[in-house]
Amino acid sequence: MKKNAFKMALISAVAIAAASTAFAAEKLKVGFVYVGPVGDFGYSYQHDQGRLALQKALGDKVETTFLENVPETDSDRPIEQLARSGHKLIFTTSFGYMEPTLRVAKKFPGVKFEHATGYKRAENVATYTAKFHEGRYVIGQIAGKMTKTNTIGYVASFPIPEVVAGINAFMLGAQSVNPSVKVKIVWANTWFDPGKEADAAKALLAQGADIISQHTDSAAPLQEAEKAGKLGFGQASDQFRFAPKAQMTAIVDDWSSYYIERTKAVLNGAWKSKDTFGGMDADMVHMAPFTNMPDDVKKMAEETFAAIKAKKLNPFKCPIVDQDGKAVECKDGKALTDKQITSMNWYVKGIDDKLPK
Amino acid sequence: MTSELFQLVLMTVVTAATPLILASIGELVTERAGVLNLGVEGMMIMGAAMGFAGAYSSGSTAIGALCGILAGMAMAALFGLLTIGFAINQVAAGLALTIFGTGLSGLLGAGFVGLKRDRSDQLHIPGLSDLPYVGQLVFGEDLFVYVAFGLVAGVAWFLSRSRTGLALRATGDNHQSAHALGLSVRRMRFLATLFGGACAGLAGAYLTLAYTPFWSPGMTAGRGWIALALVVFASWKPWRVVLGALLFGGATVLQLHAQAAAFGLPGQLLSAVPYLATIVALVLLSSGARKNAAAPAALGQAFIAPR
Repeated sequence: MKKNAFKMALISAVAIAAASTAFAAEKLKVGFVYVGPVGDFGYSYQHDQGRLALQKALGDKVETTFLENVPETDSDRPIEQLARSGHKLIFTTSFGYMEPTLRVAKKFPGVKFEHATGYKRAENVATYTAKFHEGRYVIGQIAGKMTKTNTIGYVASFPIPEVVAGINAFMLGAQSVNPSVKVKIVWANTWFDPGKEADAAKALLAQGADIISQHTDSAAPLQEAEKAGKLGFGQASDQFRFAPKAQMTAIVDDWSSYYIERTKAVLNGAWKSKDTFGGMDADMVHMAPFTNMPDDVKKMAEETFAAIKAKKLNPFKCPIVDQDGKAVECKDGKALTDKQITSMNWYVKGIDDKLPK
Repeated sequence: MTSELFQLVLMTVVTAATPLILASIGELVTERAGVLNLGVEGMMIMGAAMGFAGAYSSGSTAIGALCGILAGMAMAALFGLLTIGFAINQVAAGLALTIFGTGLSGLLGAGFVGLKRDRSDQLHIPGLSDLPYVGQLVFGEDLFVYVAFGLVAGVAWFLSRSRTGLALRATGDNHQSAHALGLSVRRMRFLATLFGGACAGLAGAYLTLAYTPFWSPGMTAGRGWIALALVVFASWKPWRVVLGALLFGGATVLQLHAQAAAFGLPGQLLSAVPYLATIVALVLLSSGARKNAAAPAALGQAFIAPR
């Protein structure tokens, strides 16, 4: 009797396992590789929100897996592991995964790879990133309107094009509403070190900045602004909960629509390697709710956001004058090209800082 | 420079130095007993996670600090069990402890990510704390700061003036002789390791309770490793730990202020200053007359009692 029951249980277990494998085999397996923890409430968190949206939208056709905290220097193994375990579409979401992704892609020509923020592609490797600088233009305008000391503090991470383009877009936004505004920049030389980021914000506040903007990943600078009774912006994700009295808005990365679109392309066989540089128009960049500001500033911010989304306004519209007063070559006629933006290594006029080379 | 700016700059130096002082002074005692625990970063981040969890759940900074200390001690106890109990290689066990602590803190702290609480209280003595230039600096710091300086004074006295301190140093310098004298080498080393863990845990708790009052995985950002380097920099002398921590914290923070004040110096070069200062100090120290006298002679060696 007992033996029989055990046998029955065993058989049903095997049956269930077989059924679930059969079921799983029909689904497309999609893998994600994150550089940070999904709980960072910042960059990796936003990518995972995209994965969850994909799961929700196409849950009956796809099965998603993610690997978090994957160091860039040792990412070949985890990426290959995903490819070996039957994942047919793999998103590698940090700049440093570029070479490892290409190496693994070479070994698995049947698998599609998508690398975020990189610039090297292959037959089965596409790249994608978002125009975060569009959001920086909006917060620059808000800062230009809201500053009383005409001094805005900016905690920067590393002098790479994405960050430099962010500073420039921010400055152009601020100048568009306040010609006498000054932006003070402190390079923290880190993406994530709450203590150091807080110290950088303190230094900027001590020099008379009354608004803190940041391009580092923790909420520490925003919290310093709140503690000092000043204002600031969230980074990569809505950080309102950290500073309800200081956060005016935040630039929110949104990968959902991209992940859904690309997965659909694999499902219907239309996937091709390409480069995507999407902004507000592609729903890849959002703004968190506008708070802690008067209605007229809020209205202005909403209008700017709508104008950029409708492609009526380009933060890098010509003419643009660089730090030395030279006009920047306008290759596209009306605005800087995507290539000029993604390789930006110069400051616009009015920035009182020397770009570290 | 105005009084306010002067104090603000110096106070940020002190806040940057405090976690380094706390973690280093603990590791110093551990190493003086002959145990090299490379797991400071792991113990520190566990202290940061558990300190925040404790303080958030109980609403009390003191309970949070205690949880941080206990978390650091638990990690140190594990390390002690492996290296002192089973005589496993200390370097390997220490590195494993850091990896373990980083992972475990992320797991245990997952429920506390994205929460915030108020900064721990700062001392306020009417009159004294309001003095220009030095009032806030000397009489208005976080309580952790006074604890850190108190610990350094206590350790300095303990190592050089107390009988137990002498026994601890003997254990670190020559464990065979200490054993022959009837001292319990393993017990002494285990206690010294626990003290190091407690200090590292407290240093971690300082980060989440006073420095930046929220928890986020990986937020120690290498401070445990700097604390380890500071012990060498201090040539195993307590007060030099303070000097080194202030120098290191000071150089890190002052370069940020220099950038904000637009002195026109490049940020990367300024960021390198603390490391350059450390190298220069190490060269100066090791070129002194008693260059090899500093390190405990039995540092990192497992002790197995002769039978």
